[in-house]
Amino acid sequence: MTARFLIPFFVFVVIVCFSFFGLGLKDRDKLPSALIGKPFPDFESKSLFDPVEVIVRDDLVGRPTLVNVWATWCPTCKAEHAELVKIAETTDLQMIGINYKDDRLKAIDWLAQHGNPFDKILEDPEGDLGIELGVYGAPETFILDRGGSIVYKRVGAITNRVWENQMRSVTRGL
Amino acid sequence: MASGLLQASGPVDIFEFSSEEQKLRYKSLIEEFRCPKCLNINIAGSDAPIAQDLRRTVHRLLVEKAMSDDEIRGYLQERYGDFVLYDPPLTKKTWLIWFMPVLFLLSGALLIYSLQKRSATQSIIELSHSDREKLRNIVGDK
Repeated sequence: MTARFLIPFFVFVVIVCFSFFGLGLKDRDKLPSALIGKPFPDFESKSLFDPVEVIVRDDLVGRPTLVNVWATWCPTCKAEHAELVKIAETTDLQMIGINYKDDRLKAIDWLAQHGNPFDKILEDPEGDLGIELGVYGAPETFILDRGGSIVYKRVGAITNRVWENQMRSVTRGL
Repeated sequence: MASGLLQASGPVDIFEFSSEEQKLRYKSLIEEFRCPKCLNINIAGSDAPIAQDLRRTVHRLLVEKAMSDDEIRGYLQERYGDFVLYDPPLTKKTWLIWFMPVLFLLSGALLIYSLQKRSATQSIIELSHSDREKLRNIVGDK
């Protein structure tokens, strides 16, 4: 009979356990990337600065590379921009920008104003390359190894802390 | 015309289809995929730019690439993960969701069984004459 009094207690314990694991999950709104470990998709895009120039996947491979998906309409991209500039200055990573669903002239103007951390920038006006990459909101950042495989993906801004704690160590092994 | 507008729920895109069957497949596919940005809306019902792009992608794969429904599901799953499918595969992380209904069913059955067992063991006790008298005094018989 005494066991009956323990039933609410057990229910409580179960709720606590679920809450502990459920609410403790970090970045619940962020999707795990399906592309980790897979090769960067094939693409053919116009260069932002020179629309005659076509950039293809082969232009990216051969060096450890950081690919950043950004746009001028995205406030978080602005917030992380200084960090990208710093990464470009302090590492040997090849920096590739994907100007995502943006206005070309605005983008060029924006880079002139805030500095350009990228070695190459490709245009993705309709977001088609974004779909190939599983992008669902800028900014998103990928790190590729020499062979062009995706080893890391981040959704959201790269802050100094994120760079130091999560990303830098990833780039070292490449 | 007016009724057409009233019936439309969610965002409306203008796409061309070569057959009615293709249009129906498109409609059921966009109902099926979950919008990656908005967590609990399908791409048919979301206004988010990414949902719009995904609808366009589904249309392109269906009409231009003539992919089957399963190929389209695979295409999106490859890029956006299991998340876009409302139907999660059975993995180490999801087994609890899958087996929860069975667990509930079993515990319910157990509960019913134990309640029935208890009521079966309870017997009716006949009251003696003096007990009846006492009870009448307590309850206050009219």
